[in-house]
Amino acid sequence: MDKPHRIWVIALSILVAFMLTAMPLPEWALPWRPAWIAMVLVYWCMALPERIGVITAWTIGLTLDVMHGSILGQHAFGLAFVAYVVLQYHQRLRVFRLVQQAMVVGTLVFVYLLAMLWIYKLLGSVNYSFNYLFGAISTAVLWPWVYIVLRDVRRRARVG
Amino acid sequence: MRLAACAILSFLSISIDHANSHLSSLRAVLGVVVYPLQYIVNAPVQGAAEVMDDLRGRRALLEENERLHTENQLLSVKTQRYSALESENQRLRKLLDSSSAFEQQVVVADVLAIETTPSARQIVLDKGSNQGVFVGQPMLDAYGVIGQVSNVSLYSSTGLLITDPRHALPVLLNRTGLRAIAVGGDLPDELNLSFISINADIKKGDLVVTSGLGGRFPAGYPVGRVTAVSLKPGDAFATIVVEPTAKVGHSREVMLVGPQAHDIGEERISVSE
Repeated sequence: MDKPHRIWVIALSILVAFMLTAMPLPEWALPWRPAWIAMVLVYWCMALPERIGVITAWTIGLTLDVMHGSILGQHAFGLAFVAYVVLQYHQRLRVFRLVQQAMVVGTLVFVYLLAMLWIYKLLGSVNYSFNYLFGAISTAVLWPWVYIVLRDVRRRARVG
Repeated sequence: MRLAACAILSFLSISIDHANSHLSSLRAVLGVVVYPLQYIVNAPVQGAAEVMDDLRGRRALLEENERLHTENQLLSVKTQRYSALESENQRLRKLLDSSSAFEQQVVVADVLAIETTPSARQIVLDKGSNQGVFVGQPMLDAYGVIGQVSNVSLYSSTGLLITDPRHALPVLLNRTGLRAIAVGGDLPDELNLSFISINADIKKGDLVVTSGLGGRFPAGYPVGRVTAVSLKPGDAFATIVVEPTAKVGHSREVMLVGPQAHDIGEERISVSE
């Protein structure tokens, strides 16, 4: 019964996602930054729905809010929503082909980013434009690779 | 069910955080958790810069040394004059019985190579409340004002740049003394002066400095130069674009200017590295 000890693999993957989110990029690539944290979260919600859920997502989102300096609760809500949707449909998502999965994840992240943009605009941040949503496209494009890497990691480390 | 709970909690915290600063202590606590993360992300960038420094040739170093030497000479000459002026100013102020507000506490902070959100123009610094950094503290670099501290946790802090559209800075034009408000523009490297009437005397190249009104920024620090003035006859106000003199968004380290001496009764400059 060493299964619960494998939780650090999940924590590590989320840590890496945070690092990728904070990584400096050239100016032109900034709007294209994929939603790394949302991607990793979607994977773990899909693979281990009984372990990772809405509460975890909410906590991660709150930490993200602090790192971004955005208003507390904004990304927390967004990620909780993403986790909820994935938990509802995780069995269906598992049997999808990778391309289909990518499209679903892209759409989900699009809705998530749209909600974030909406909150930003609602609270009066004028400097957000619609190119903020480009992140959904890059997320969809990168999803198959993230999925394969995380699946291999999970199998290798026997997280379950 | 859980989603509903989380959603309610989120909207509560969003509204509280938006309305006032009750959650700043929570933010400060979480900021301590996030700091190691930021440190790890920053480490490779910092490491690469250090390796580049190590690999630079002897000749380049000698040249740089020469250049810095000359610059130092020039600056020392200027400082000599400055200290003479300062003592004269002190004497005159004493004659007038007004308190002096010259000496300031300065903290030098490194800018961590951290991206926050793509559109918010803010930077993360490696000094926090343990070094006496406080919210609203002015940030300067060697060339002028770059912004102010917006969030502080124990070991790190976030600074809002003057080019962010949420930031407004009371300024005046050095040539004419006209007061204005400099607000961040649409482009990452420009400011706009708001509410300047179209018959105001403003020319391209005018120096814009802080006015000290509002009490947050010390007066007289350079902010930028006017690069474009467009006076459309139909508009109520002129559109004036200012390019910051400071390297906003490119500086690797910033200076945080402490409360002015007469506020805390301290008499000397203390630089903590």
